[in-house]
Amino acid sequence: MSEAVLVVGIGNEYRRDDRVGLYVARRLAGENEFDLRVVAQSGEGVALMEAWHGARNVIVVDAVQANASAGKIFRFDASLEKIPFTFFHYSSHAFGVAEAIELARALQELPPRLILYGIQGDDFGSGNELTPEVELAAGQVVGQIQREIHSWRQPCAPIQAQPTHHPTQQ
Amino acid sequence: MPMKTKTIQVDYLARVEGEGALRVKIQNQAVTQVELGIFEPPRFFEAFLRGRNYAEAPDITARICGICPVAYQMSAVHAMEDAFGVRVEGQLRALRRLLYCGEWIESHTLHVYLLHAPDFLGYQDAIQLAGDYPEIVQRGLQLKKIGNEIVRVVGGREIHPINVRVGGFYRVPTRRELEPLAEQLKWARDSAYETVQWTSTFPMPDFEREYEFVALHHPAEYPFNEGRLISNRGLDIAVREYAEHFVEEHVAHSNALHSVLKERGAYFVGPLARYNLNFNQLSPLTHQAAREAKLPAFVRNPFQGIVVRALETLYACDQALRLIEQYEPPESPAVPFTPRAGIGYGCTEAPRGILYHRYQLADDGAILDAKIIPPTSQNQKTMEEDLRAFVTPRVKLPKPELTWQCEQAIRNYDPCISCATHFVKLEMEDE
Repeated sequence: MSEAVLVVGIGNEYRRDDRVGLYVARRLAGENEFDLRVVAQSGEGVALMEAWHGARNVIVVDAVQANASAGKIFRFDASLEKIPFTFFHYSSHAFGVAEAIELARALQELPPRLILYGIQGDDFGSGNELTPEVELAAGQVVGQIQREIHSWRQPCAPIQAQPTHHPTQQ
Repeated sequence: MPMKTKTIQVDYLARVEGEGALRVKIQNQAVTQVELGIFEPPRFFEAFLRGRNYAEAPDITARICGICPVAYQMSAVHAMEDAFGVRVEGQLRALRRLLYCGEWIESHTLHVYLLHAPDFLGYQDAIQLAGDYPEIVQRGLQLKKIGNEIVRVVGGREIHPINVRVGGFYRVPTRRELEPLAEQLKWARDSAYETVQWTSTFPMPDFEREYEFVALHHPAEYPFNEGRLISNRGLDIAVREYAEHFVEEHVAHSNALHSVLKERGAYFVGPLARYNLNFNQLSPLTHQAAREAKLPAFVRNPFQGIVVRALETLYACDQALRLIEQYEPPESPAVPFTPRAGIGYGCTEAPRGILYHRYQLADDGAILDAKIIPPTSQNQKTMEEDLRAFVTPRVKLPKPELTWQCEQAIRNYDPCISCATHFVKLEMEDE
C-alpha cells in the first residue's frame, strides 16, 4: 500500500481533555516513519467529510464521554460497523463525527477504511492541560495507531480482525 | 383533584451546536417553568486574553467557535482598529466582506440542510433525509463547500483562518486566485435560489410573537462588519454605546448570562432581525427570491428563519460574486498604524447575530481587559420566552411530539455554544 494515511485529530484546544485528538495527531505528525497526512479539525461534521474526501485510509481521533474511566480507549472500524446510535445521537455538536460517518455512509462516500479512536476524557473544563490518565492513554493510542498503520503496510497482510458490534476497550 | 405534572427534559439537544439542556415543566396543562441551559459565555477566553498582545486577539478568539471563527476575528479586529483609530477601506474592506460571505454560506447552509430542514420534513436527522433525498443533501454539501472555499482562499485556511490581522490581512489574494471562486459561485447562487424556494414550501408552525429585533444597520449595504445598532422599537446607537443599553443578567438555572436591553428586556438577533431591519439593503435578486417565496418584508414567525437563512445565503453568494468581479488587489495587505492606549469596540454580524467585543488596551497594545458577548447569549432569553408561548397551546400533544417541536423551536435560533467542547456522549455497557 503506497497511499498516505490521513489522520484527523479533533478537538478544542482550550477545553482540556477535549483536545486529546489534536494532541495525538500532533504526536503522529512528528513521526517521520510513516507517510502520514495529519490534519486538525474542530469536529464539525461536514468539514470532516470534506477532509477525508478521496482518502482511502483514514484514522480519526476524538475525545469521548462514555461514562467510562478516564483514559479508556475505544476503537471503531467504521467501514465494518455502524457507529452505535447513541454515539452520535448524544453528540454535543450539531453535526459531529458520528453523524459525518453515517451521512457519508448513506451517500456512499465513506472512505474504504476509516478507523475512529475515542479516548474517554475526564475534565472538559477550560484550560489546555490534559489530565494525566488521558495523556497516558493518548500515548498508547499513538503507539496503537503506528502499529496499525504498520500492519496495513505489510505486503499481503490480512486486514486486522475487527470487532463487529462493540468497540475495543482497553 | 390530584396535580398532574409533565416534564419535558432534553439533556442533550441534538443538532444544536455544543451542549444544550432544555427543561419545560407543565402542571395541570399550564407551563410553569422553562429553563434552557445551553450557553456558556466565553469567560475563559476573556481571562486568557488579558496580558496578551492586541495582535493575538483575532486568532485566539477565532478558536472560540469552530463554526464562526471569521465572526470572532472580525469583531476583534474592528474593536482594535476602533481603539487605534484605524480605518480599513476600499478593497481591504471588500475582502473582509467577501470572507464574511464565505462564513455565512458555510454556517447557514449547514443549519438549513443538515440541522433544521429534517425537522420540517419529519425526519429524525439529515442521515434519514439523505436516505430519501440524497441529491438534496448533496446540493447542501456542495453549497457549503463553496463557503469553505472562500474562507480558505481569503482567510488562509478553512478551519480557524489565520490570514486576518488588525489593519487588514497578512496576504491578499491575486485576481487569479479568486477567479475559480467566481465560477463556483455562479452555481452556488442558482442553488441558493433553489434553496429559498425549497424551504418556502415547508409546513410552518403557526407561531408569532412581538419581538424587539436588533441588528446592525448600514445605509448602503446589508450588514456584515459595520453599522449602527438599531431595533424596530427605536434603538439607534453607535457600537461603542452598547454597554449603556444592554446588560448581562445571571441566570440561576445555568452558567448562562442572559443579555437584555436595560429598558425593555429580551431581544432577538440573527437572520430574522437583519432581514426585518435591512430588507431594503438586500440585492435585487434576493428581493426577487423573497417575492417568489411569498415572504413578507417583515417576518414575526421565527420558524420562517429557515427561509430567511436561505435568502441570506443567496445574498452572500450574490454579494461574493460582485465583490470578486470588482476586485483589484490592494497595494498593501494592511493599513499601517501605531498601537495606543484606549478602549475599542467592535460588533459584527455573525451568522447567528451580533457579536460584540470590547477591549481595554495599554499603550504598548497589551490587552488589559476583554469583553465578548456572542449572539446566542443575546437570544437566550427570547428562546425561553418563545418556548413558554409555544408550549402553552400545545400541552396536550404527546410528549415525544412536543419534545421534538420544542427542539425545532430552539433550532430556529441556530444556537451555538461558543467555546463548548465537542465531545460525544456515549452510553455503552462494558463487556
